[in-house]
Amino acid sequence: MIEARNISKSFGDFRALTEVSVSIEPGRLTALLGPSGGGKSTLLRVIAGLEVPDSGEVRVEGRDVTRVPARKRRIGFVFQHYAAFTHMTVWDNVAFGLKIARTPRDQARQRVTELLDLVHLDGLARRYPAELSGGQRQRMALARALATAPGVLLLDEPFGALDAKVRQELRGWLRRLHDDMHITTIFVTHDQEEAMEIADEIVVINHGQVEQAGPPDQLYDHPANEFVMGFLGPVTRLGGELVRPHDIDVSTGRHPAASEAIVERLVSLGFTTRLEATLADGQPVTVQLTRAQAAELDIGTGDIVFLRPPHPAGAAAGLVPASRPGSARP
Amino acid sequence: MADLPVSPLGLRAPAAPGYIRTGASRAAAGLGPGVALLYLSLMVALPVAALTSTAASSQFLTALTAPQTGAALALTVAEAVATAVIDAVTGVALAWVLVRDDFPGKRLVNALIDLPFALPTIVAGLVLLTLYGPGSPVQLNIAQTRAGILLALLFVTLPFVVRAVQPVLLAVDREAEEAAASLGAGPLTTFRRIVLPAILPATLSGAGLAFARALGEFGSVVLISGNLPFKTMMASVLIAGQVESGDTAGAAAVSVTLLAFALVVIAIVTGAARRLARRHG
Repeated sequence: MIEARNISKSFGDFRALTEVSVSIEPGRLTALLGPSGGGKSTLLRVIAGLEVPDSGEVRVEGRDVTRVPARKRRIGFVFQHYAAFTHMTVWDNVAFGLKIARTPRDQARQRVTELLDLVHLDGLARRYPAELSGGQRQRMALARALATAPGVLLLDEPFGALDAKVRQELRGWLRRLHDDMHITTIFVTHDQEEAMEIADEIVVINHGQVEQAGPPDQLYDHPANEFVMGFLGPVTRLGGELVRPHDIDVSTGRHPAASEAIVERLVSLGFTTRLEATLADGQPVTVQLTRAQAAELDIGTGDIVFLRPPHPAGAAAGLVPASRPGSARP
Repeated sequence: MADLPVSPLGLRAPAAPGYIRTGASRAAAGLGPGVALLYLSLMVALPVAALTSTAASSQFLTALTAPQTGAALALTVAEAVATAVIDAVTGVALAWVLVRDDFPGKRLVNALIDLPFALPTIVAGLVLLTLYGPGSPVQLNIAQTRAGILLALLFVTLPFVVRAVQPVLLAVDREAEEAAASLGAGPLTTFRRIVLPAILPATLSGAGLAFARALGEFGSVVLISGNLPFKTMMASVLIAGQVESGDTAGAAAVSVTLLAFALVVIAIVTGAARRLARRHG
């Protein structure tokens, strides 16, 4: 169990973190999700021991490690821009931590071989980082971080510098790796899709504070506030309420709970169709329909439709008023 | 260039209209290196050749084997080696402080580094003699000693390593150092294993230049060394004396020897620096 309690950290006038508390369950894959400059990387670096917080404490297995330097925390850290040791071969990069720990030569050789195999770099051991692609460099960085069998793996926007296809590949690969090794893992990302796809737990951080924490589905279905709702998926406003575009019920017949709207545009996106409409008060609203639904409605630009929010206001799918923003526990 | 037809005068015949511009720009591209080479020949190669031809006489070995000359050359090389080694250490330390630490007056200190280059060396020599000569205000008289010479050489060569290392240190990946720390490396190990390999090529070339400069330094040394034969007589001062007494061949012989030392050291250092740098991405 890793706990950060009431962590505050400022850089000059900028308050990166304000009284942040999070608990990370052992063996889980946790995402720190939020917009750039929201404080998520700073929180990760505080947990790693690469930054000392102005106040608050970090506890690992109940032990206060706030002032323990990074090198004594048994962590593996992966940086966005690889932080490769450019003058060392791939092999020496991965072996670095083992050499520091004075691991016996045979044992170290075996471990490095295993790890290079694991990250599919077994044929490139003699190369220098400059001779690798971005994805290969990041896999090397992962192997390097895992070499000393750390108690926790921390990744700061690990796929942020890679192109979309490689990013997608490495995501799935990280998830599988985690399933095999069960090492407590925390990764920082600003990509909600990435967080939803691979994390067991998501901690949403914005403006240096925790907005909400919990499993992906819980955050998606029961967001604590409009920020979380908007950050985790597409939203549109209907009747003063924030709703998911695919939750809106569309009909051509009048209904007491429905709002009247005029169709502006229908955009076919393959499996789904996006309906853009304007409400009577002039507010734009977006609805996501399946192709079949759109065909059944048989509507076109200028037609009148009736839009109904999924549930009456304040029901289960809406916001959860009881949740306190700033509380880490779901 | 070889794929184009070339006239006996060396002018390239345009094969097709599309080639005209290519040919012209290639000719222009050839002009730059040509001018640079010519300038370098006039400024460096010609004087070196003249010097070497003057030295290349029957008196060459006789001049070099004169006991006083041998002693001066040995002292000069020893002083230059000591200067380069000390500069390498202090230069890296100064560059480190200037890049990594923040303190009031940092910009002033940074500007001060260049002072030894800006100051005429004879003025530097005079300053050092006033400060550390007979009647020293700090009660330290090292005039006419080898330590005094070393001090003068360290002063005039101070900027070489600092200015070579500073930009490289600025570009060092701080996250690589953090990565080393996360893998259990202490600050010293991180410096030795991560930072030093990155700045070593720059340190070597800076130290190589300092060595070459120290070999031939005259102005700052002539006053404080006292020029005692077999004791504090430096090669540059010896050469000046030989020229004054009409021994041009002897002066040229010593000069060519210094030149050879400087070239060999710079070649070795540059080669080593390049070999180290090649591995960096």
